Amino acid sequence: MSAVDDVVTEGQAVEAVPKRAMTLGAGTSLTVLALLLVIPFFAKNFIIFQMTMLLIYGLAVLALNILTGGSGQFSLGQSAFYAIGAYTSAILMEQYDVNYALTLPVAGVLCFAAGFLFGQPALRLSGVYLALATFALATAMPQLLKLGFFEKWTGGVQGLVVTKPDPPFHLPISQDMWLYYFTLVITIAIYIFSVNLLRSRSGRAFMAIRDNEIAASAMGVDVALYKTLAFGVSAGITGVAGGLGAIAVQFVAPDSYTITLAIALFLGMVVGGVGWLPGSIVGSAFIIFVPNIAESISKGLSGAVFGVLLFLVIFLVPHGARQVAIVSQQMIGKFRKT
Amino acid sequence: MRSCRPRTAALAAVAFTFASHAALAQKKYDTGANDTEIKIGNIMPYSGPASAYGVIGKTEEAYFNKINAEGGINGRKIKFISYDDAYSPPKAVEQARKLVESDEVLVIFNPLGTPSNTAIEKYLNTKRVPQLFVATGASRWNDPKNFPWTMGWQPSYQSEAHIYAKYLLKEKPDAKIGVLYQNDDFGKDYLKGLKDVLGAKSTMIVAEESYETSEPSIDNHIVKLKAAGVDVFISITTPKFAAQAIKKLAEIDWHPLHILSNVSASVGGVMKPAGFENSQGILSATYVKDGADPQWDNDPGMKKFYAFLEKYYPGGDKLDASVVYGYGVAQTLVQVLKQCGDDLTRANVMKQAASLKNFEPDTLLPGIKINTSPTDYAPIKQQQMMRFKGEKWELIDGIMSGELTH
Repeated sequence: MSAVDDVVTEGQAVEAVPKRAMTLGAGTSLTVLALLLVIPFFAKNFIIFQMTMLLIYGLAVLALNILTGGSGQFSLGQSAFYAIGAYTSAILMEQYDVNYALTLPVAGVLCFAAGFLFGQPALRLSGVYLALATFALATAMPQLLKLGFFEKWTGGVQGLVVTKPDPPFHLPISQDMWLYYFTLVITIAIYIFSVNLLRSRSGRAFMAIRDNEIAASAMGVDVALYKTLAFGVSAGITGVAGGLGAIAVQFVAPDSYTITLAIALFLGMVVGGVGWLPGSIVGSAFIIFVPNIAESISKGLSGAVFGVLLFLVIFLVPHGARQVAIVSQQMIGKFRKT
Repeated sequence: MRSCRPRTAALAAVAFTFASHAALAQKKYDTGANDTEIKIGNIMPYSGPASAYGVIGKTEEAYFNKINAEGGINGRKIKFISYDDAYSPPKAVEQARKLVESDEVLVIFNPLGTPSNTAIEKYLNTKRVPQLFVATGASRWNDPKNFPWTMGWQPSYQSEAHIYAKYLLKEKPDAKIGVLYQNDDFGKDYLKGLKDVLGAKSTMIVAEESYETSEPSIDNHIVKLKAAGVDVFISITTPKFAAQAIKKLAEIDWHPLHILSNVSASVGGVMKPAGFENSQGILSATYVKDGADPQWDNDPGMKKFYAFLEKYYPGGDKLDASVVYGYGVAQTLVQVLKQCGDDLTRANVMKQAASLKNFEPDTLLPGIKINTSPTDYAPIKQQQMMRFKGEKWELIDGIMSGELTH
C-alpha cells in the first residue's frame, strides 16, 4: 500500500505546480499542431497509419492520466473499457450498418456508463487494492468477449472484421489520410475538453481528492460523486479511443485487448509524466515505437532490451517527458536571459 | 514413391529451361523482386503467450540462408524479413503494413496464429499481396473465391477430424462416441469435421462435453462421458487438458478407445507427464516425420533435414515439431518461387502456389503429397493414423485423405 502511495505522493510533489503547468505554452502547442497537420503530406501511408495509432493510444493514455494524474485513482483495467469501445463501434458498423462517426459517441457514452458503474464499488478501494480490482476487470474482459452468449454479436474468438471508411465528398486523399485527420480532430477536441475539465471546478475537486480526501470532503467536495465521475470520464474517453482503434486496425478480437494493453497504457502514462496531459502523446509514442526499436536491436531478446530501455527512462527521468519538458524550458529561459 | 522424385526434378528442370527461354526477353517483377533479390515478409510471435512458436521463424530464416548459400532461386537471393507481433492482432496489422508499405516485400509468408491472420486477411487481399501458407489449422483459409490471396498449408482441424471419423466408420462402425472439446473455434472446428463425415450416422456421438480453458480440471466432464456409456473417447484438447484426461481415465479405470487431437500428440509435453503406462494404445494422426523416431535415420529426406540443422541451425532442436514444420513450409515456398521462374509478380506467385503438383517436402511422411489448384487452397490434406506404444508413436494403416468424399 505504502509503496504505491509513495508513488502518488511523489507525483504530487511535482504536480503541486499551478494548473497551467498541466499544458504546454501556446507557442509550443501551435508548433506541435502544425507538425501533426503537415507531416502526413510527406509520409507514406504506413507512417500515417502509425501516426493514427499514435493519436489513438495517446487518447487512451490521456484518459488514464485524467484518472490517475487528476483524481489520484489507479487503473490497470483500461483495456477493458478500450475493448468495450472497440466492440461497440465494430458491432454497430458491421451488424447494424451505422456510420462510423456515429458509433464513436455511442462507444463513449456506453463506456462512460460502464466506468461510472464500476466506479461505485471501486469507491471502497484505494491504492494497490483498486489497482487489483481493475486488474481483475482487464483479465476478465477477453474471456467475456468469447462467451457463447455474446457470440452472435461479437463473432466469438474469431472476432469481427471492420470495413475501413472512405473519405467523404470524394476527397482526393487516401483512406489512411482521411482517418488520420478524422482522428486528429477528435483528439484535439478531447484534449481541449480535458484541459478545460481539469481547470474547471470539477477538475479542482478531482485534484483536491487526489491531494487529500479528508480535506476535500471537509471543503464540501462530494468525494464519492467525483471519484466515480473521474472513472466515468476516463472510461468514456478510452471507449472513444477503442472505437477509433477498431476502425483504424479494421479488426477486433478478444486477444487484442488483454492485460498487456492495460499495462502498456499504464506505462505510457508514467513515461509521459503522470498528470501532464501533453505527455500522453509522448507516452503513446513510447509504447508504439520502443518495442520496434528493441526488436531491431535483438529479435530474441527484444523483451529484455525493452526492459533495459524502460529502466533507463524511469531511472534517468522518473517524472517522464514532463521532466524533460520542464528542464528544457528552463534551459531555454536561461539562454534567452544571457 | 520416392524413386520417382529425381524424375520429377528432372522434368521440372526441363520445364524451367523452357520457361526461362521463353521468358528471357520478358522478366516480370512486382514490388519486392528484382534481378538479384526476392523480399519475403513474415510475422511471428517471438514474444508473448505463443512465443514457443517463434522457433518456426528462426528455422525458416536458417533455411533461406541455406538456399542463398547454395546460389539462391534462379540466381536470386531471398531476403527474409521477420517481425514480432507478440500474438496480438493489432500489432500484426501494424507489422503487415510495415512489411508491405515500408519494406515492400513480394509476399507475406507463413504468418502465425488464427487471430493475427484474420486481422490482416482483408488488408492483404485488398492490396493484392499474397498471404501465403498461413500457420494456423483453422479451416477458413481454404476460401479462394472470397480470399484469392490467402492460402493455408497444414491440414486443417476439420480435415484431421475427417480422418478420425473415417477411421471409426471403417474400424468400429458400432462405436458410441463421446467427445470432449475445448469451447472455442479450435474445438468447434473438430466437432464439425467429425459430424460432416459421420453425416446421417452422427447419432454415433452419444455425448458431447465442452470445457473452458479457464477450468482448473476437467474431471467431471470425463466422469459424465463414462456414465453415458461411451466406448470411443475423442479428446479435442490442448496439451494441459489432454494430459489431465489421460490421467483421469487411468484413475477411474476406464479404457475406451482413446483418440487424441494432433495438437496434443506430443511425447514430451503430454504423454510423459500423463505417464507412459497410462498412454498406451492412444490413437492420433500426423503428417510430419518425428525427429525423435529412429525409423527415419536412413530416410533421405530426414538426412537432408539433419544435415541442414547441423550446418545452418545448430541451435535447432530436431525433437521440436516446430522446427520440422518450419523446414517443410519454407521448402514449399522455395518450390513455388522456383516454379515462378522469371515472372515474379504477385499474381504469378499465387498462380504457382495454386498449381503445386505432387510436391513432397523432406519432412512430411512418405506418401503425403502437396497438391493445389485454383479452387483448392488446402495444400496438405492427407495424414496417417498412429498409435502410442512404449514410449513413442507408431504409424498404423496407410495415408488417409482428409477430403470429404461424397
